[in-house]
Amino acid sequence: MSLLKVRGLEARHGLLKAVRGIDLDLNEGERLALVGANGAGKTTLLRTLAGIHPASAGSVEFDGADLAGVPAHRRAALGIALVPEGRRLFASMTVAENLLVAKSAGRSGPWDFEAVVQAFPQLKPKLKSLAGSLSGGQQQAVAIGRALMTNPRVLLLDEVSLGLSPVAVQGVYDSLAAVVARRTTLILVEQDLQRTFSVADRILCMLEGAVVAQGRADELTREEVMAHYFGNRAAAGQARASHEPTGQGRLS
Amino acid sequence: MNLLNQIIQGILLGGYYAVLACGVSFMFGVMRIINLAHGSLAVVAAYGVFVLADRYGVNPGLGLLIVMPAMAVVGWILHRLVLERSARAGELVPILATFGLAVVLDNTLFATFGADTRSLAPYIDTLSYDSIDIGPITVGTLSVLMLAVAVAMLGCLHLFLKHTAMGRRIRAVADDPASAQLVGVDAKQVNAVAVAIAMVTVAVAGVFLAMRETVDPYAGAPQLIFAFEAVMIGGLGSLWGTLWGGIALGVAQSLGAELYSQGFLIAGHLLFLCVLLARLLFSGFSLRAVFTRRFTRRFTRRFTRSAPIR
Repeated sequence: MSLLKVRGLEARHGLLKAVRGIDLDLNEGERLALVGANGAGKTTLLRTLAGIHPASAGSVEFDGADLAGVPAHRRAALGIALVPEGRRLFASMTVAENLLVAKSAGRSGPWDFEAVVQAFPQLKPKLKSLAGSLSGGQQQAVAIGRALMTNPRVLLLDEVSLGLSPVAVQGVYDSLAAVVARRTTLILVEQDLQRTFSVADRILCMLEGAVVAQGRADELTREEVMAHYFGNRAAAGQARASHEPTGQGRLS
Repeated sequence: MNLLNQIIQGILLGGYYAVLACGVSFMFGVMRIINLAHGSLAVVAAYGVFVLADRYGVNPGLGLLIVMPAMAVVGWILHRLVLERSARAGELVPILATFGLAVVLDNTLFATFGADTRSLAPYIDTLSYDSIDIGPITVGTLSVLMLAVAVAMLGCLHLFLKHTAMGRRIRAVADDPASAQLVGVDAKQVNAVAVAIAMVTVAVAGVFLAMRETVDPYAGAPQLIFAFEAVMIGGLGSLWGTLWGGIALGVAQSLGAELYSQGFLIAGHLLFLCVLLARLLFSGFSLRAVFTRRFTRRFTRRFTRSAPIR
């Protein structure tokens, strides 16, 4: 049985339908990447799954339970954690307090204060610093650590590399290795296709709120994804026809 | 010497204003709601203790211990029935809703108790007029008690916010309610707890009011003005700022009364206006900046240094 089962999910921003009829199955331990241009609906989809954006139609089931009407804090307690775009830390609280808030409100499990600090060693000397005073990379580490403190069964990561220097992005992904190693179920939104293919088992490409392509990371070509990314279906078909799928190495 | 005496009397009066204002500050800091029923709720608490003392012979101190949890429950219900619903409709609706609530409370008290003034002074033995001589200066025992309670109450709130899990949740919701929910914090519940806490402080303020002077059903409005002035002078959302704001207001009123027989209220209002104008000046004449995030940030920032790791 799928851990997360989404059927016909729709979400709106006013009159604009930002997510259109998404169907999605995610198994325990699977790592799914959502790719697509700005405005494709990736962030809205994650926010809808996390419960901070209302669904206008469709259903979301988590471990067999219908999440209709379940608020964001209850979803977090059930095991759905979102690392939001822009990090959204409690800027005027310390790093330690940011983590402890999530500890007191989330589920019990392997991720505790010590485990998170061990996974993100760059935070150790900054525990008493205000979260708002940290660098972008450190703030992203706090945001991921804070989500892990809730001991999620599904971790939703929204553009964790956005606005970070290449060195900071590398640091964040190095730290994410500890999360990946624990076979935590992930849904990752990322603009960097190379990193996306290196982390994900499965890719789902969105355009104008709908899924336009999906497949296993080792079956899709970069050209195919890029073509879908920009809505060029003819080019996507050509890319699929002219390339033998050889796995992620081809994409680097 | 007379000037020094007036300043000391003003500082002691500031203790009462701090108790009165810290509920306004707390609610604004957490929920960004200005509760215009604050003064009326303080008067309701005062009447509650008065009824217990007058009809059932309950000592006002004990009465306060009964009324405090009752007011906490009132706060919880108030949040669930009025504040939470009105806050969903926009920033101005809670102001209108609490204004309406104040009108209902005032008139319900009037219908129940009539227009006569009441006081708790007859029920607290000599506390209302006892005094302590400190050299050439004489201070009221009740005033000293009120200042001590104000400092203790603000200190307890400070420790609660800084060292407890619920305190951290309250600060998290004050900082970013949506992010707080993403990590499992029930923002509605936290807001309800914050209102309940604010109502406990309102109960203390109401009882102090009835101990130091007389109250009538319409006494809430001026108390709301004093509370609002103290909060604005000390900085919206800053608990300790509330104490300094209350003291500044008390000293201004005391000195105003010394300079001019009708100057008690005018001096307080003038100080408030000067501080408000200065804040507007420094925020580019943006009322939004004065009232919103820029100042509410102070609420959480005050409690973020040297937090223990648990």
